[in-house]
Amino acid sequence: MSGAQGRIGRRFAALKKANRAGLVTFVMSGDPDLDTSHAILDGLTDAGADIIELGMPFSDPMADGPAIQAGGQRALKNGQNLKRTLAMVEEFRAADDETPIVLMGYFNPICQYGVAAFVADAYKMGVDGLIVVDTPLEEDDELRVPAEAAGLDFIRMVTPATGDARIGELVSGARGFIYYVSVTGITGAGSALIDDIAAGVERVRRATDLPVAVGFGVRTPDQGAEIARVADGVVIGSAIVDIVAQGVDQGVHRDGGPATGLADDVLGFVKELSAGVINARK
Amino acid sequence: MMEQPNSFRAGPDENGRFGIYGGRFVAETLMPLIKDVESAYEAARIDPDFIAKLDYYLKYYVGRPSPLYFAERMTEHLGGAKIYFKRDELNHTGAHKINNTMGQILLAKRMGKKRIIAETGAGQHGVATATVCALFDLPCVVYMGATDIQRQAPNVFRMKLLGAEVVPVTSGSATLKDAMNETLRDWVAHVDDTFYIIGTVAGPHPYPAMVRDFQSVIGTEVRQQILELEGRLPNSLVACIGGGSNAMGLFHPFLDEASVDIFAVEAAGEGIETGRHAASLSAGRPGVLHGNRTYLLQDDDGQITEAHSISAGLDYPGIGPEHSWLHDVGRVNYVSATDQEALDAFQLCSRIEGIIPALEPAHALAHVMRVAGDLPADHLLVMNMCGRGDKDVFTVAEALGVTL
Repeated sequence: MSGAQGRIGRRFAALKKANRAGLVTFVMSGDPDLDTSHAILDGLTDAGADIIELGMPFSDPMADGPAIQAGGQRALKNGQNLKRTLAMVEEFRAADDETPIVLMGYFNPICQYGVAAFVADAYKMGVDGLIVVDTPLEEDDELRVPAEAAGLDFIRMVTPATGDARIGELVSGARGFIYYVSVTGITGAGSALIDDIAAGVERVRRATDLPVAVGFGVRTPDQGAEIARVADGVVIGSAIVDIVAQGVDQGVHRDGGPATGLADDVLGFVKELSAGVINARK
Repeated sequence: MMEQPNSFRAGPDENGRFGIYGGRFVAETLMPLIKDVESAYEAARIDPDFIAKLDYYLKYYVGRPSPLYFAERMTEHLGGAKIYFKRDELNHTGAHKINNTMGQILLAKRMGKKRIIAETGAGQHGVATATVCALFDLPCVVYMGATDIQRQAPNVFRMKLLGAEVVPVTSGSATLKDAMNETLRDWVAHVDDTFYIIGTVAGPHPYPAMVRDFQSVIGTEVRQQILELEGRLPNSLVACIGGGSNAMGLFHPFLDEASVDIFAVEAAGEGIETGRHAASLSAGRPGVLHGNRTYLLQDDDGQITEAHSISAGLDYPGIGPEHSWLHDVGRVNYVSATDQEALDAFQLCSRIEGIIPALEPAHALAHVMRVAGDLPADHLLVMNMCGRGDKDVFTVAEALGVTL
């Protein structure tokens, strides 16, 4: 089951009880290779991730900045595809049945997999929600309806450019949480002012009781902590993917072999982010 | 084949769909903006002032109407159908692209936008956009794949002369599709002041319909001209197709004329069987990219693959959604021509008509060369000569082993 009874709903309920925001970490599946990516995914919960967003790499990620584009390219170069991404979730679930996993990506690979087969397989492997960047409200019926029927939360995005009337439409069909995009721009772009973010989160909260997670442009533990004071979740992606890129550049990682050091670097950064988010309201 | 609709000219529907194709598959950040463009365009297209202004610039700046020319020697040489060239290569900037950029920049001005962005592959759309930006004094940023910048140095210099900033795109495969991704990223980051002039009948609604409408001046003129010259409609139309804007511009006014056979020629590159081609309809599958559902070149995992063609203007892994629909309903015949066939047509046309065609319409001509000889002498065939070949002389010289 998803919704209030699913892993996402349960996790946000627990966070609310603990009076803190959740840390939502984005990692690209298969980046830079399958083994290293597995090592990162398997360590995220212990490092403090409350919810995991797992990227489905796509050749043409039009809403992503350079960091996540490069992450997707590295993954694709090393043979990542949607089947492998789902298999990663299945393995993760064998050891962790509580941390929610949300798949994030673009529509075309899902179309080619087949929507019905994809939502069924995703649910079976232990996926909890979907964020698909290029299916806005006007186009999402063909994915959202089957996804929800299969038991997945279809998560919708709200941006500073979204008017209040449109927010009303968006939240009415949304499940899981609302993803508030803090900047009009691509992932990893410049950061918004905290007052503007708080005002944006307030606009969403006036329309729904769903939790609101804030992402795009959140790069440091301090920024994460700042947002954790005003939102229910903080999404950090590009800054994490950048650590993978640095490892690759510095030769920590070599094609074809797992890189334990690289996963440790990523997980170390997630621990810092987690500490910032956990202590934000203390 | 699907059930035939009453009209082939009724699309798109209110959701921007042509059958299952088209739509608005963009990030949420862009949706309000795309809806603004749609409502502004809906108002402009029926506004007499807007229409008069566009007509004025098309006549006095672009040089329309372009002639419909009886290609007498080509007709004799091929020994069959009577061949006409629609001379859109005589437009200012040397291609049909400016029909569309003129329309869109007037819309951008009307919407009060302060900055123009565009993608370009070969550079023709970039030049046409930079040209109208110079004319209307708006800053212009053109995204172009780093690979294409190397291949098309003269057009890069032209754009810079016209005052545009040309931004190299190194992401992905550094070609047209990546330039389009990067332009969309720019737009997402500048939603307040920027207008995106898309160069072909693709992208999110309303672009496929809007670009088609601006390019339909081609077919509308042909209809009037052929009636004046021959007193009847043509028997067949032929145009090359990458994204498909020149083809849609020629075809659209004729779609409901059942007596007119319509042929669009995709770029088969080194041959469809080699995998190195740009024939999305002949060898692709429906998918979602750049804001619309359409036929795409892609692998089994839905990753977009690279297109290949000697003609940089046809080198795109997708195609306009209306073409995908016209393909499925069977109204337009989609065929293809290889690099070699286009090169042969390029040289033949230069020698016997004194017209150096762009490599793009050379693909259309290659199809004409294949079929014209078997058609009767009273068969009227109109081919869109959508661009001139000056830009291609280096590419052709290299292909022919000539050092310039």
